[in-house]
Amino acid sequence: MALDKAAVAHIARLARLRVEDKDLEPMAKELGGILSWIEQLNEVDTAGVEPMTSVVEVHLPRRADAVTDGGQAEKVLANATDARHGFFTVPKVVE
Amino acid sequence: MTAANLTDLTIAQARAGLATREFSAAELAEAHVRAVEGARGLNAFITETPERTRAMARASDERLKRGEAGLLEGIPLAIKDLFCTEGVLTTAASHILDGFKPPYESTVTANLWRAGAVMLGKTNLDEFAMGSSNITSHYGPVKSPWTRRGDNRPLVPGGSSGGSAAAVAARIALGATGTDTGGSIRQPAAFTGIVGLKPTYGRCSRWGIVAFASSLDQAGPFARTVEDTALLLRAMAGHDPKDSTSVDRPVPDYAAALSKGIKGLKIGIPKEYRVDGMPDEIERLWEQGIAWLKDAGAEPVDISLPHTKYALSAYYIVAPAEASSNLARYDGVRFGLRVPGRSLDDMYERTRAAGFGAEVRRRVMIGTYVLSAGYYDAYYLKAQRVRALIARDFAEAYKKVDAILTPTTPSAAFALGEKMDDPVQMYLNDIFTVTVNLAGLPAVSVPAGLSSDGLPLGLHVIGRAFDEETVLRAAKAIEDAADFTARPGQATGSV
Repeated sequence: MALDKAAVAHIARLARLRVEDKDLEPMAKELGGILSWIEQLNEVDTAGVEPMTSVVEVHLPRRADAVTDGGQAEKVLANATDARHGFFTVPKVVE
Repeated sequence: MTAANLTDLTIAQARAGLATREFSAAELAEAHVRAVEGARGLNAFITETPERTRAMARASDERLKRGEAGLLEGIPLAIKDLFCTEGVLTTAASHILDGFKPPYESTVTANLWRAGAVMLGKTNLDEFAMGSSNITSHYGPVKSPWTRRGDNRPLVPGGSSGGSAAAVAARIALGATGTDTGGSIRQPAAFTGIVGLKPTYGRCSRWGIVAFASSLDQAGPFARTVEDTALLLRAMAGHDPKDSTSVDRPVPDYAAALSKGIKGLKIGIPKEYRVDGMPDEIERLWEQGIAWLKDAGAEPVDISLPHTKYALSAYYIVAPAEASSNLARYDGVRFGLRVPGRSLDDMYERTRAAGFGAEVRRRVMIGTYVLSAGYYDAYYLKAQRVRALIARDFAEAYKKVDAILTPTTPSAAFALGEKMDDPVQMYLNDIFTVTVNLAGLPAVSVPAGLSSDGLPLGLHVIGRAFDEETVLRAAKAIEDAADFTARPGQATGSV
């Protein structure tokens, strides 16, 4: 599958990855190469085959709906570059 | 006993020596701390933790004195820097985790420390475990302790768990942890002449391991013998309520199973693993492996795994898709690197572009694309259907055989710089290992011989789900027959 610059820019936007304009073309070529290799899957007849979502044949375990952890704001914030007054900070999002 | 002898012991020998007070855990730790320092040229470690090593060893000596020794009491181990270790820098070899010191401990490492093991430090890897050569690390490539005969060019140790494999092969750790998403334990084990095991999906908890592809990732051990691998696996494995995919089954005494031998076992030989362009010496090694298992009383059986050729393509949809989702958490807000931006989105985009290396960006892009509106069915669902067929191939085979034997890799280790231009060429390294992750099965690589230029080659035993015991028994039979005694030139005991 060939990808164009606009498609790459769109994917980059979805992935929240800044890609410089000059890098779009080489990236389109590279990703296109990987995708066309992947497309050999189209040779496989998968009619009637259920997609495999889990390799473990178990039902998801359930637990009691109870609070078992918490009250660790300091630990949660310890690795943030810019935590203040018990909160994470981000650039201003409302005017 | 000299320091070089102490670093050359197997885990089983070290346990015996500690039990009889031939040496102390502190002495064993000190010999390894020095070996780690002496082998810095390999770049196997991102973070060395000598103070913690010494403190843990002192505590081990206390427990040994009180007769409370755990299964791995006093055994110095290297930990892949993908396992969160409380208060110790954990990087996933990525710039984006700059300065991250987890406030919690992964379940697998907690299990190891509970068994008495001693941490030497955190080993280098491909960034977020994405790679087969350890060249994608933000902290620089790991050099294999091996070189080709008559050729001093540095070789890759394989990846992604390259630092762990190099550390065990170079005699600077008695064992190590790795993770295996498409071959990241078994391929570096094969390249460095040691044993590496990927357990059944669900056998070891994934809690506290930096996630790459959650339906494929599994932690496992590296060691220099099959018995040591069995000991490590027993300590690492077990049910963990914090990982909902962790399976609640008793953990067997894997080492005890080794004495059972393999008489009467049926070993499948899949014809689809004879791939085009496979070097003769790999083919010969495989034939030799079949002969060894036959001599030990097993019966080789020809089998077919017809969807093998599609496994890599399915993997390179499923793994990047899951990675793009898992890596969405690296946003510059809560931990790690932050690159300021004009707006929140601008900050996200700049942080992620600066923090992720080229291979990670590539896979995040592929993953985002195959999950995006309009392409989800064509790529992701298609890959999950092919994955079901691959798992079915194995299920059919296991009606006839008890385990499967293949080569671990299609070649010996390559030099730094080789195979680096085309991502697809690099991906082909995992051609024999990746099927196992897709089907969630256990498999081991065991050193079986040397290539014509003197590099290790591994054989690969694949088992039924949760039948690590049979996998290890077959590996033991290969180990006994192969009598692999070759050592890397840069093993600390020999330089």
